[in-house]
Amino acid sequence: MRLQLLGAGGGRLGSLAGLGRSGAGALALPGCLLYTRTGAAPHLTHDTLREVRGVPGVAQLALPALTEIHDVLEEYKQGAAKFMGMPDAVLYCSLHDPVTPCPSGYNTNKTVSLWGSSGRMEMTVSKFMDVQRAVQPDWFQCISDGDTISGEAGKKRAKKSVDRSLSFLDMCLQLQEKSPELQGSVMFGAIEGGDILEERLRSARETAKRPVGGFLLDGFQGSAMAKETKLKLIASVTAELPEDKPRIIHGVGKPDEVLECIERGVDIFESFFPFQVTERGCALVFSYDCHPDPEATVLTQNGAQDLEKNDAQEDQDEVAKADPEMTPFEIFLKDKKYHDDFGPLLEGCSCYCCQRHTRAYVHHLLVTNELLAGVLLMMHNFQHYFGFFSAIREALRDRKLEQLKKLVLGQALQGPARATL
Amino acid sequence: VLRVVAECGRSRARAGELRLPHGDVPCPVFMPVGTRGTAKGLTAAQLAALGCRICLGNTFHLGTRPGSELVRRSGGLHGFMDWPHNLLTDSGGFQMVSLLELSEVSEEGVRFRPPHGGEEILLSPEKSMEIQNALGADIVMQLDDVVSSTTTGPRVEEAMHRSVRWLDRCLAAHARPQQQLLFAIVQGGLDPDLRLRCTMTQRDVPGFAIGGLSGGEDKAQFWRTVKFSAERLPRDKPRYLMGVGYATDLVVCVALGCDMFDCVFPTRTARFGSALVPWGSLQLKNAQFAKDFRPIDADCGCSTCQR
Repeated sequence: MRLQLLGAGGGRLGSLAGLGRSGAGALALPGCLLYTRTGAAPHLTHDTLREVRGVPGVAQLALPALTEIHDVLEEYKQGAAKFMGMPDAVLYCSLHDPVTPCPSGYNTNKTVSLWGSSGRMEMTVSKFMDVQRAVQPDWFQCISDGDTISGEAGKKRAKKSVDRSLSFLDMCLQLQEKSPELQGSVMFGAIEGGDILEERLRSARETAKRPVGGFLLDGFQGSAMAKETKLKLIASVTAELPEDKPRIIHGVGKPDEVLECIERGVDIFESFFPFQVTERGCALVFSYDCHPDPEATVLTQNGAQDLEKNDAQEDQDEVAKADPEMTPFEIFLKDKKYHDDFGPLLEGCSCYCCQRHTRAYVHHLLVTNELLAGVLLMMHNFQHYFGFFSAIREALRDRKLEQLKKLVLGQALQGPARATL
Repeated sequence: VLRVVAECGRSRARAGELRLPHGDVPCPVFMPVGTRGTAKGLTAAQLAALGCRICLGNTFHLGTRPGSELVRRSGGLHGFMDWPHNLLTDSGGFQMVSLLELSEVSEEGVRFRPPHGGEEILLSPEKSMEIQNALGADIVMQLDDVVSSTTTGPRVEEAMHRSVRWLDRCLAAHARPQQQLLFAIVQGGLDPDLRLRCTMTQRDVPGFAIGGLSGGEDKAQFWRTVKFSAERLPRDKPRYLMGVGYATDLVVCVALGCDMFDCVFPTRTARFGSALVPWGSLQLKNAQFAKDFRPIDADCGCSTCQR
């Protein structure tokens, strides 16, 4: 795996090459991973995923679902990627699924608890490495203690998260040396430390001393940490990390937050956010085209108009049913007002859904609980999100990151269409 | 409409081609059911790539949500679903049997109270044609008075005669006979005498369906009725056996002279984790398959089996 930076200002523009078994895999940076859930991109099969443009070269798979079929993978022997029908994919195995909540208080000095469909699974270092041997990931997050996000973690708990994670890391590195199945796999060290600067720095420095292939910034999920603290810690952590190794962050997905993290030295994000948008019956419509071109202006205006309309509908009972987690970057297609809207989800979008279908059709599919609603929304939301990362890279290349930031942050401030009850 | 290309020397099976407004369809043909303007979980592109050239939409469901007027404004069901090939809509009559507690039949039509709330609707032959004209399918079905095939007694005869009267009302109300082919539905339950007396077969319609079957009747009675009905239908017009069915039934009914079929079976059984194979079906949720690393069918070229 080789990381090459192109030295643009405001972010680490570059690429990762030489990925995967074949060595032919690549990932443009800053970039995101393809989110998968129990063995596939959510709602999508191979042929529908193929219709999505800009699918990243690395896919994320969460360990809990794989642990539940550990015995199956052991017998299969050919690794999780092939089992999922994606033999050529570069696979990153994260410890947790970003969308599944992880109840607090279950980790110990020797174990970390994972949460899957069958409930809690207690992992020791040895069990963890057993499962990874069956998974045969290209990249994997080393088992770590990230249980500091509840907001109740004090300095002591933060210190523990760092101590435990380093101890796990050293044990796993030793075990990896003895595992032929994992010789081609790259271990990512987790940076822990809760919201305590001292601990975060310690975690970063100590982890950087180990022979890991990359880093992941953990414990920044959720909303318990104050935004200023979060951003400050991220910047401080990345400053301690070597330039030539990639930095993944978990739990950050909203466009404005993505930009803030990129400015602070983060390279890779997850793509669970477009999945969450899909699950609440919404479509991403935020604009990220900061090239002043007449057609693009219409795009921005259309997107902005829709987002403004979100506010105007507050007293209608349909809006009250919108998910409170809904962000200003999306529209709630189940809302009655779309039932006869014959425009595409987003004007100018080239995705399969926008090229062939209308908002009215997707609204109908949502109202009648048809499976196709999820398929079409996922295709759109993924393509739009991957397009966003492409726009970020382009902005870095053209030195227009500030403009892009202004455009995106402007849309973030419009205020979400929340339930007012 | 039907061009017969070959006829079996030993059975009544025939191979042919349906000439329909949105292209030719080889037959015998199985038509998947896309009830609400979508095949379950499949995009229009995927369905077409599988070789499907005609599928079904349901007048009752689309007429209630999103409503026929909205579908008409979307360019008909073809435009609404983005389906470039053929479509067939049923009349809405089958819901009479399947949603029986909610409906009431009279000479006027069927009164429904929609399951998702709303006012009572009257589905008359005229109303059914109005909705189907708005949906714009290539083949539309008459509104028939459907009784369950397990019903006996005078109700069956009443329904048969009423269906003939309703066919005539549909023919009169049909506003787009050039763009949309109206098929008649022969009724009569399992009574050969009633089936014989059903005068519908003399009407000049582009095609006939055999209705009122596939509702829990005894198999021996089922195929006999199919045979009897098919024998009395003109050779040169398509014969559509509604609601059939399982693999064995398809083979038998093709041998009895039927050309067109529809059933929710393949899509529904898939949702329950069942995979169809030439020798039956695999219940993939069963533990025995947890470590079975073979494809569903080694000879199948579908994208599931290929991966």
